[in-house]
Amino acid sequence: MYRAHVLICAGTGCTSSGSAQVREALKKELEAKGLTDEVKVVMTGCFGLCALGPIMIVYPEGSFYARVTADEIPEIVEEHLLKGRPVERLIYNDPVAGSTEPAKSLNDTAFYRSQRRVALRNCGVIDPENIDEYIARRGYEALYRCLCEKTPQEVIDTVLASGLRGRGGAGFPTGRKWQFATAPAPKKYVVCNADEGDPGAFMDRSVLEGDPHAVIEAMAIAGYAIGADEGYIYVRAEYPIAVKRLGIAIKQAREYGLLGKDIFGTGFNFDIQLRLGAGAFVCGEETALLTSIEGNRGEPRPRPPFPAVKGLFGKPTVINNVETYANVAQIILNGPEWFASMGTEKSKGTKVFALGGKINHTGLVEIPMGTPLRTIIEEIGGGIPNGKKFKAAQTGGPSGGCIPASLIDTPVDYDNLIAIGSMMGSGGLIVMDEDNCMVDIAKFFLEFTVSESCGKCAPCRIGTRRMLDILTRITEGKGEEGDIEKLIELGNEIKATALCGLGQTAPNPVLSTIRYFRDEYEAHIKEKRCPAGACKALAKITIDPEKCKGCSLCSTKCPVGAISGEVRKPFVIDQSKCIKCGVCLATCRFGAISKK
Amino acid sequence: MAVKIKTIEDLESIRASMRDKICLREGFADACVVVGMGTAGIDAGAREVLHALVDAVDKKGLCDRVTVMQSGAVTGEGAPIVEIRKKGADTVVKTNVTPADAEAIVAEAAE
Repeated sequence: MYRAHVLICAGTGCTSSGSAQVREALKKELEAKGLTDEVKVVMTGCFGLCALGPIMIVYPEGSFYARVTADEIPEIVEEHLLKGRPVERLIYNDPVAGSTEPAKSLNDTAFYRSQRRVALRNCGVIDPENIDEYIARRGYEALYRCLCEKTPQEVIDTVLASGLRGRGGAGFPTGRKWQFATAPAPKKYVVCNADEGDPGAFMDRSVLEGDPHAVIEAMAIAGYAIGADEGYIYVRAEYPIAVKRLGIAIKQAREYGLLGKDIFGTGFNFDIQLRLGAGAFVCGEETALLTSIEGNRGEPRPRPPFPAVKGLFGKPTVINNVETYANVAQIILNGPEWFASMGTEKSKGTKVFALGGKINHTGLVEIPMGTPLRTIIEEIGGGIPNGKKFKAAQTGGPSGGCIPASLIDTPVDYDNLIAIGSMMGSGGLIVMDEDNCMVDIAKFFLEFTVSESCGKCAPCRIGTRRMLDILTRITEGKGEEGDIEKLIELGNEIKATALCGLGQTAPNPVLSTIRYFRDEYEAHIKEKRCPAGACKALAKITIDPEKCKGCSLCSTKCPVGAISGEVRKPFVIDQSKCIKCGVCLATCRFGAISKK
Repeated sequence: MAVKIKTIEDLESIRASMRDKICLREGFADACVVVGMGTAGIDAGAREVLHALVDAVDKKGLCDRVTVMQSGAVTGEGAPIVEIRKKGADTVVKTNVTPADAEAIVAEAAE
């Protein structure tokens, strides 16, 4: 038995900040000190606080070392692991809790305190490449309970009663989706949508990397519920760690007979295959994803028929998102009432959000539905860096919309977000401060959807391109009267007529920024001014007449002759000639010239 | 790993065998046995005591109830020193502990 465990994150975030080197250094040092029989080194999935990676936790104390480097390992081994003195200097000091003391353990930090981990319960706790550790945390017990103690209909009823809704975006009730697929058919499929594509969202990746068996177990449960014997996980090739761990997990589950023929001796057969996607955003749309698994170009098709009726290879198919599956075993084990006791009236359970943008704690958080946005940003997220002011948060990525500062107390759930013109989406949450221009943000997301549009239907292929043209014009100072109205009309038209979810939601970022920040659009169009100072083309260089001594130096340096005036009187810049090169700014000795 | 899992008992036996491997990560047990590991403690044989305590917890299958910890802050006369800290009870201090005392200390902590 080991007396201490050292957990090191091996998720994508910490791996890219060097956790593998830290792990190697630690193993070497433990060997040198003769501690290998006492101290176990475990690589785990994501802890969530990716901004502070590489993250290392030492149990039993739960000491939380952040931004660990290989150089610090000898000291940590000597002091903490050998002599029992946690190296306080290197332990994460939670600035938000206002404490000057190092956090004693993970759960003392403001980041973790308000979280409720269901889908992420094993992430950062177990070794994802060891099925026994998953089983130790009641893994595969839910599958056993379903196969041996429940009828398929009872399984569906349990999921229905829990109120679980799809975590991939639209929030369709999972139990109802399963129910649709119960009509007798000779062949059915269960598919996992792991084609996470929203810029800024990485919760599915973290679940796959940190707890792959949770997804596998839930897919087998879904297979039993609808009578399917084959499953596919469609995961993007850009997630190499997730792909590798899924492969290991499937192999281990097969070796134990938890996948394959006659599972738990019940005669139920179920097996899973991996399919790697090439990373097209549209393949996250379910019909395009199924088309891609079939070996065709990933393009959507009209619904109905829905996949539950006519899905993969034309057979009834249940397709759910990774995070949705990650909740299923917990619902079976703890009961639907337990799950339904969390969240709001129509949005039960928890939701994982990927915090990004202008926020101190970039990372993954899981919170009960209905948690106010303010708690997420100010408490868990640690607020905005550099004392800047919160301006808005974008939820739902390129399909969603923004929540302005005036609505920061909105409890976050499916219906509230829809009501204020945004959407849950997969849970990306990008925070913006006063330096972000909302027109520029809308343009950024639209650029993404324009380049990811598959081109099959005209509203999306041509319509979003026209919207982007208008936005580009506006940010370049060439906006015209009526542009806003044109954007709204085009946006509504595209939403109503596009073939699939990609096109139907693409105008959302534009429409929602117009709704809450119309004044910024107007400033760009009418005054040729970017209030946030983010749009380069609209930056304006001006001379303060109070400070200008009329020395004429700037006008002699200006390469385009845009500055004129009479000596010893304030000079002026002709904005129509100015190319914003900034030479005058560097020339002025009186600080009279500024750029805004 | 070639053994197939067919029954709930198969699952439970894996769970039981893994119990002591992950319970450390699920938070402190109600009782902690803390070994003083200052330089004086290590000199006087605290590491051997620590090992004996861990073995005792393992042997008795008490990892859910007793957490063995080390601390650099437990100092004083009579090293090796072991403290038994229980929720809602006063800390009990044992001095001049030897590996032979380990089983009795763990049993006291688990009471």
